[in-house]
Amino acid sequence: MSGASVIAIPERILVVGASAAGLACVEALRRQGYTGRITVVGDEVHPPYDRPPLSKQILSGVWPPERSTLRSREVLAGLDAELVLGDAAVDLDVPGRAVRTTSGATHTAQVIIVATGARARSLPGSDGLERVHRLRTLDHALALRTDLLAAQRVVVVGEGVLGSEITATATQLGLHTTMTGPLTAPMALQVGPMVSALLAERHRAHGVNLRLGIGVAALEGENGRVRSVRLLDGQELAADVVVEAVGAVPNTDWLQDSGLPLENGLVCDSRCRAAEGIYAVGDVARFRHEQLGRLVRLENRTNATEQATAVARVVLGHDEPYLPVPYFWSDQFDVKIQVYGMIAADAEAEVVEGSVSAGRFVVRYHIDGRVAGVLGWNMPKQARLRRQEIVDALNQSPTRSRSEEVSR
Amino acid sequence: MKVVIDEEKCVAAGQCVAAAVDVFDQRDEDGVVVLLNATPPAELEDDVRQAAAVCPALAITIVD
Ligand SMILES: Cc1cc2nc3c(=O)[nH]c(=O)nc-3n(C[C@H](O)[C@H](O)[C@H](O)COP(=O)(O)OP(=O)(O)OC[C@H]3O[C@@H](n4cnc5c(N)ncnc54)[C@H](O)[C@@H]3O)c2cc1C
Ligand code: SF4
Repeated sequence: MSGASVIAIPERILVVGASAAGLACVEALRRQGYTGRITVVGDEVHPPYDRPPLSKQILSGVWPPERSTLRSREVLAGLDAELVLGDAAVDLDVPGRAVRTTSGATHTAQVIIVATGARARSLPGSDGLERVHRLRTLDHALALRTDLLAAQRVVVVGEGVLGSEITATATQLGLHTTMTGPLTAPMALQVGPMVSALLAERHRAHGVNLRLGIGVAALEGENGRVRSVRLLDGQELAADVVVEAVGAVPNTDWLQDSGLPLENGLVCDSRCRAAEGIYAVGDVARFRHEQLGRLVRLENRTNATEQATAVARVVLGHDEPYLPVPYFWSDQFDVKIQVYGMIAADAEAEVVEGSVSAGRFVVRYHIDGRVAGVLGWNMPKQARLRRQEIVDALNQSPTRSRSEEVSR
Repeated sequence: MKVVIDEEKCVAAGQCVAAAVDVFDQRDEDGVVVLLNATPPAELEDDVRQAAAVCPALAITIVD
């Protein structure tokens, strides 16, 4: 199935972005036998670390911050790649295959892999207010934790996956937590009405104040510090700390003048190629999924690794499309959720294993009579065993177009 | 090759099982990784390396 090695193996590869996807590229290239030079440029000063624990074990304090580090110093050194940290790429010269950085350095390579991920979106008008947080980086997580420990009331704006996790963690830290957002239940967009209603129940049972189904009008401050969140219907939610969890924006600003197609991410073909010699991986990449018949951008941890592995293969001469079954997990209170596939909010949901009353079940989602996704609620293994049903459905002809973005 | 797992880090993603089904399994009750063979034979080494690489929780370590 792999195409013949027609492309020359590049002498030098540059990876921009030193997090899950960037690191996974380096590892995949080496694992696949690449011996050329690799340089990785990342703007954060920390060695590559993992983000999923930030809203869970790091925010709760169960893990010390170092535990989120992705690889030990020795393992990193063993990859034999030049790691340039604390320096941001500022532009890309596509024909010249050169990246310039803030420090004034220029890196050239035959192949450039863009792995600059995404950043947290912020609400308009929230800039400059103290005790308003977003959560994307390790520094964010530590700063939020510090403020939470000194607070009594927190309002989380955003009912998506991240907002729901932060809500759960803050509640478990003993805070009075309110979650607000335009949808009527936590993660409604990601898991559909049935499961999101159950999640709402879990949140309420743990004392979370859910003010959902209504948008935020503004954050109100006093002496430069946030005081409350005002909703569109005039309600005011008092807060010592506010967390904005309102989605992520792909980091493509530095590519603005590159001439590359930028539209909710760096747009790529099914090989994750944006132009000759330029590839994208991870949260920043919006690639064509051949089986789904449309562009998708996946914001989840396993995609970072899988896509990196796929791109390394393409770069090393295997002309194969990237055909992932999207997957993410989320931990909230006593619930571990695993989601495979693409679940549209209006997909039909059917419990196929376990039972809701037992607190352990697997839900299968159908769109147009076809399996689109599987969700495990405290049943990770059983959910995984049904992943194949999605693969089988994907192997039939492309499904009709749906909302394409799958953010966790 | 020797394989070490960290059950506490495991997020029950099951990626390891997909990569190397003869070496990893998951517990039925909570999906946490189960090591079937801590010293896999040479022909499985590539799969096991792949499993360690795709584990999103860094719960698998390989000691050569
Ligand atoms: C708090 C939190 C919890 C999460 N929990 C889960 C979960 O439970 N399950 C799950 O599946 N997924 C989860 N995710 C999503 C997952 O972490 C992401 O999908 C993953 O981090 C994507 O990796 P990436 O390398 O593509 O992007 P990122 O992790 O965003 O990394 C991109 C890197 O590039 C750097 N960069 C950006 N611009 C430049 C530039 N111009 N020059 C140089 N470097 C640059 C960034 O600073 C960053 O270090 C979570 C995310 C967050 C924030
Ligand atoms: S891949 Fe990692 S997190 Fe997933 S079950 Fe295996 S060890 Fe656990």
